[in-house]
Formats: sequence, C-alpha cells, structure tokens
Amino acid sequence: MPPKADKPTKANKAMTTTPCFDFEQPLVAIQEKIEELKQLGAETGIDVSGQMTTLTRQADKYRKELYSNLKPNEKLQIVRHPERPNTLDIVSGLSPEIWFELHGNRCGMDDGALVGGIIELNNTPMVVVGTQKGHNMKDNLTRNFGMPNPEGYEKAMRLFAHANKFGMPILTLIDTPGAYPGIAAEEHGIGYAIALNIREMARLRVPVVSVVVGEGCSGGALGIGVANHIYMLEHAVYTVISPEGCASILWRDASHAGQAAEALKLTAQDLESFGIIDGIIPEPLGGAHLDVAGQIDAIGRQVAKAVELLKPHPPEALVEQRFQKYRKIGVPGQSMRHVVRQSAQEAQPAMASASKSASTNTANTANATKKSKAPI
Amino acid sequence: MSLRTWFADKRQKQKGQKSETGHYEVKDETFEQLWVECYNCTHRMLRREFLTGHGMCTECGYHFRINSTQRIEQLADAFEVINDDLVSTDPLVFTDTEPYHERIAKAEVKSNLYEAIITGIATTNGTRFALGVMDFDYMGGSMGSVVGEKITRLIEVALEQKLSLVIVSASGGARMQEGIFSLMQMVKTGAALGRFHERGQLFISVLTEPTFGGVTASFGTLGDIIIAEEGSRIGFAGRRVIEQTIRQKLPADFQTANYLLKYGQVDMVVKRPDLRQTLVGLISVHEKSLKQAGPFMHRQPAMA
Repeated sequence: MPPKADKPTKANKAMTTTPCFDFEQPLVAIQEKIEELKQLGAETGIDVSGQMTTLTRQADKYRKELYSNLKPNEKLQIVRHPERPNTLDIVSGLSPEIWFELHGNRCGMDDGALVGGIIELNNTPMVVVGTQKGHNMKDNLTRNFGMPNPEGYEKAMRLFAHANKFGMPILTLIDTPGAYPGIAAEEHGIGYAIALNIREMARLRVPVVSVVVGEGCSGGALGIGVANHIYMLEHAVYTVISPEGCASILWRDASHAGQAAEALKLTAQDLESFGIIDGIIPEPLGGAHLDVAGQIDAIGRQVAKAVELLKPHPPEALVEQRFQKYRKIGVPGQSMRHVVRQSAQEAQPAMASASKSASTNTANTANATKKSKAPI
Repeated sequence: MSLRTWFADKRQKQKGQKSETGHYEVKDETFEQLWVECYNCTHRMLRREFLTGHGMCTECGYHFRINSTQRIEQLADAFEVINDDLVSTDPLVFTDTEPYHERIAKAEVKSNLYEAIITGIATTNGTRFALGVMDFDYMGGSMGSVVGEKITRLIEVALEQKLSLVIVSASGGARMQEGIFSLMQMVKTGAALGRFHERGQLFISVLTEPTFGGVTASFGTLGDIIIAEEGSRIGFAGRRVIEQTIRQKLPADFQTANYLLKYGQVDMVVKRPDLRQTLVGLISVHEKSLKQAGPFMHRQPAMA
C-alpha cells in the first residue's frame, strides 16, 4: 500500500492532529463538525465553546482508542508516512553537535540508502548505521527508497569493524522495505553481503543496539540488525517478507496484503510477546511524524539506557549474550516418532530390521519409500 | 488423421483407455512411469536408465532436480541421520489460503520427509564429514525454525567431533508461514557458522537448483568454498520480483551458476557426477593441511 500523504485541506494546515490516513475517516467527520461549529460561532457570535469542548474531547477519546487498536496494515500506513523521522533526522536529534558521517565501501561505491557515522550520546562516542529513506521523491531517488545495495552492507561492515577496533558501542536504525532487488545487486552478491554481515555482527566485541524505526523487511533489515538489544517503535513492523510480497506468493494476489500483514504477526506488540525484541518505544498519538523531536528524545533515552546496561560487560559476555539470544529463537517441537519407533523396535525387532532393509532397497526409486529415515 | 479422430483419441487418452485407432496403447501414467522426457532437449529416456545415472539427461546432460535421498546416495557411502524428530510448532498459527499445519501434513505426504532438510554424518571413501541436504520437495525447501535448528545442531556436532561440514542447499528462502521466527534462523545459522569459522574448520556450501532468499543471504554463501551445481539458479531476489522492480527484461542466463561464476560469486561450477569427488578431494586436502599446520586459533591473533 502506498503511503498516504497528507491531504492538502485547510484544516490540515491549521492543526497537526488532523486525520490523514484511510482508517482515520471517522475522525474526519468529527473534525468537520468542529470546523462548522467554529465558523458558526464566528459568524453569528453565539457561544459554542461548550459544544466545542465536548466534540474535541470526543475526538480525542476516539483517536486514543483508534491508535491503541490499530490493525497491522494501518500501522504499515503510519510507518510509511513520508514525514516519519529517518536515520539522518534521528542522528541530528540524538547528537546535534557531534556527527561525522563516514562514506563508502572502499571498493568503488557509496550507497545512499545506508548511512553511518560517529555520534556522541550521553557522553559516549558511538557508531550509528542505518538505512536511509527520503522525505520526498527527489530525496528518495538518491536514497533508493531505503533499499541498500551490497555496497551499502559493505560500508556497514566497515563501520562495524571500526567500532569494534575503537570499542565504540553500535546503534543501528532500521527502516527499509528490504535490500534492493536489482541486476547489479545480484551480480555484486547481495546475498553474500548480508550473510557476511550477519556472521560478523554476531562476533562483534562491543555492545550493539538495534532500533526498528519504521518497517524492517526481510534480510535487508537483518543485514544491520544482529544486536544485543532490539527495540521497536510502537507502530514499527519487523517481518520476514513485506506483506505485499507475501500476499503475491501465498494468495497469488498482492491485494491481499492486509490479510498477509495480519497473518505474519509483524507488529512490535507481537514481537514483544514472542520475546524476540527487548522493548517498545512509545510513539506520540498519531505516529512519530507528529512530534519528531519528542520521538527522537524517547529513542535516545532508551538507547542510552541499553548502552549503559551493556557497556560494563566484558566483550566475551557481550558476544555470548548476543549468540544465545538468537540461538533460543524458534525452538522446534519434539515429535513422538522416535518413541513410537523405539517401542516398535523393542516389540518386534525382527520386523523392524526387515523394514529397514526394505527401505534401503527401495530408496533408489524417487519417493518410493514411505519415510525412510533409517541410515542409508 | 482427421480432426474428429484426433479429438476422440484425446478423449480416450484422458480416460486411459485403448483408442479405436490404436494410437495410445499405453496408459498415460504407465507411459510416465516408463519414460522421462528431458525439459531441455525433449529427449526421451527410460526411467530406469535415468535413475541409475545422476538424474541427468542422457543426451544433453541437463540436470534434473533430485531429492535429498538421491543426493545423499550420490554423495555418501554411509549416512547416519541425526535430529530427525524435530517438528514445527506453528508459532504464528498461520493461515493463508489454508492453515500452515495442513500444508505441513501435505508436504510430508508429497515429499516423504519430516522437514526440508536431512542432517547427519556421512562417510565417503573413508572420509567422515557432517552433511546437511535440503529438499525442495518439502514446501519449496523453505527454512523455518526446524531447518534453522537442524543446521545449527549439525554445526555444533561438527564442532564437537571436529568434522568438516557440507551443506547442499535447495531452497526458495525463509518460510513465510513462520514469519519472524524464520527470519531469525538466518542469524542463528550465521552466528553458529561464525563460531565454526573461528575454530578454523572447513565449511563447503553446495548451491543447487534453486537456492534463493534467506538461504542465499545466510549459510548458503558463508562457505569457505562455494560450489554451484551446473545449471542451477541461485540468487537473493527472485527473477519476477527483479523484473517488476526494474521493469526490464533480464538476460536469459541471469542468476544461473555460470553467470554467478562470471561475476565472482561462486568458486566453481561442478557437474553432478563430479560433485562427490570434488567434495572428498577438497575435504582431504584441507584436513591434511590443518594436520600439518595445527589449529587455526593458534595462528590467529585475537580479534581487537
């Protein structure tokens, strides 16, 4: 679903809290009524303040309810809002004085979709790496809509190594629809670039904190997302595949993206309940774009807290904690097959050995044996 | 033959009966059981002939997809299966057009497997190595929690027993039905390979038709040596996705093994009959060197 831009209405200019998303339509009605009342009051001089406050209160209550019960695809609309703070916005807010942007992969390219550099947060020098989306079309063309090429991940790796060398904690900011699916990306080994980042990030001897600011889709997000602590903004999503991609594969129709978003359980709240992320950073009512400075403050506080917590630990403990964090994810169930098999073998050892030899014989024919799991 | 008899024949053929004109004496299924037609050159060969070979066209050498059982038979003299009783727990209770647990049941029937990978310890020409073979027949070889866990446990066994590791990939990528859990398997396997790498043990990744997505972007490309099987297609994003994004026609050989070789993404392209010897040769040459030089950790300065 394309990001829904602000409708250029009069009310919109007047108030930042004016509805702008599809799902806010009921609010529009209330908002219009308030406008009408205001006009009426101005024209006739009748005191409408009593009704105004009731209506405003009603609108506020409705908005609060709406935003605490958002559907996944509504959250997607919020995180794809063009005014949502991007990596460079956050960096300049976190560390207004110290910001050295570092460029290039030292191998022929500087990827605009993935930026990084050095900041100082709470008197701690840190390396920040993040995917970078633009606020408008022109910006987005240079940023490739936040979809990095392999060279971007190489740059990230270079900065991670830099942080590792100088003992700087790392902050990664994730907001990407995925790695760029292009010809050159494949030719230059996008898969390898991400894989290498995953492997090497798992071995970093400094604290790594990751914040999913907007959408974190697929390997493109994971290429900078292996961390000791992972946080997500309230409406951010983190998923194995974009809902559109999932719908076009499983439903064979991208218009089922809403259903796919529901099924994928990709919201921050879902991920927290699975124990995959370490916390949720609240957003201002209506989304991060409505109070950028406040949002960046909240991010800064959470990151600083996490870094303070991680910093005293020795490098080995940090590596081990990070390793175990991921080692625990996705514990499979144990089937009863081995029990059944064992008891069958104990009961009828002769038959079991007969079936074993039979399965080896017929293993030649494709799919002929019924689940031959005996040693081949 | 008139058009009418042609249609009559076709109808008879569909019913699997003998036609009046006698054109279709063999039932369709029986025919399929006996003969295999090459997708590439339409050459017909006897199924028996085809199966005793390497699953290749006897005429043009086209590599058909083979399942994990066949692959293990080709690569190993003996194979000891480990961790075959792990099952998916359906953590998201995922339902698309049908529930995930029903898809699992169907996949088990279709592929005769419990998951999209078989792991174990193989012995070939006296060389023992840890071997994992993915199977495209089971839900497109997709990587869910079980696949990630089995690979990680295989790596741990290889670490413990100081064995070299070979993983033969064939996968459409991460399994969407397990959502974020599938995605995190990329880290789980990648991090485990990081430890394997630190200990200086050999990992050979064999990429076969087809290897895409989350597998390419994790353990698939982390091999010390990456071998692509002849004719296989390997990439991160699928061809259709790329075409839709850039709105251009892609070259015909895009993402094929030889294309990747040209762009330096794989070490070698190997034909299926040579794979066994290549693997054994590579493993023995590396193990010989490790024996002579001592463990990697002693030569490596600690990471700063």
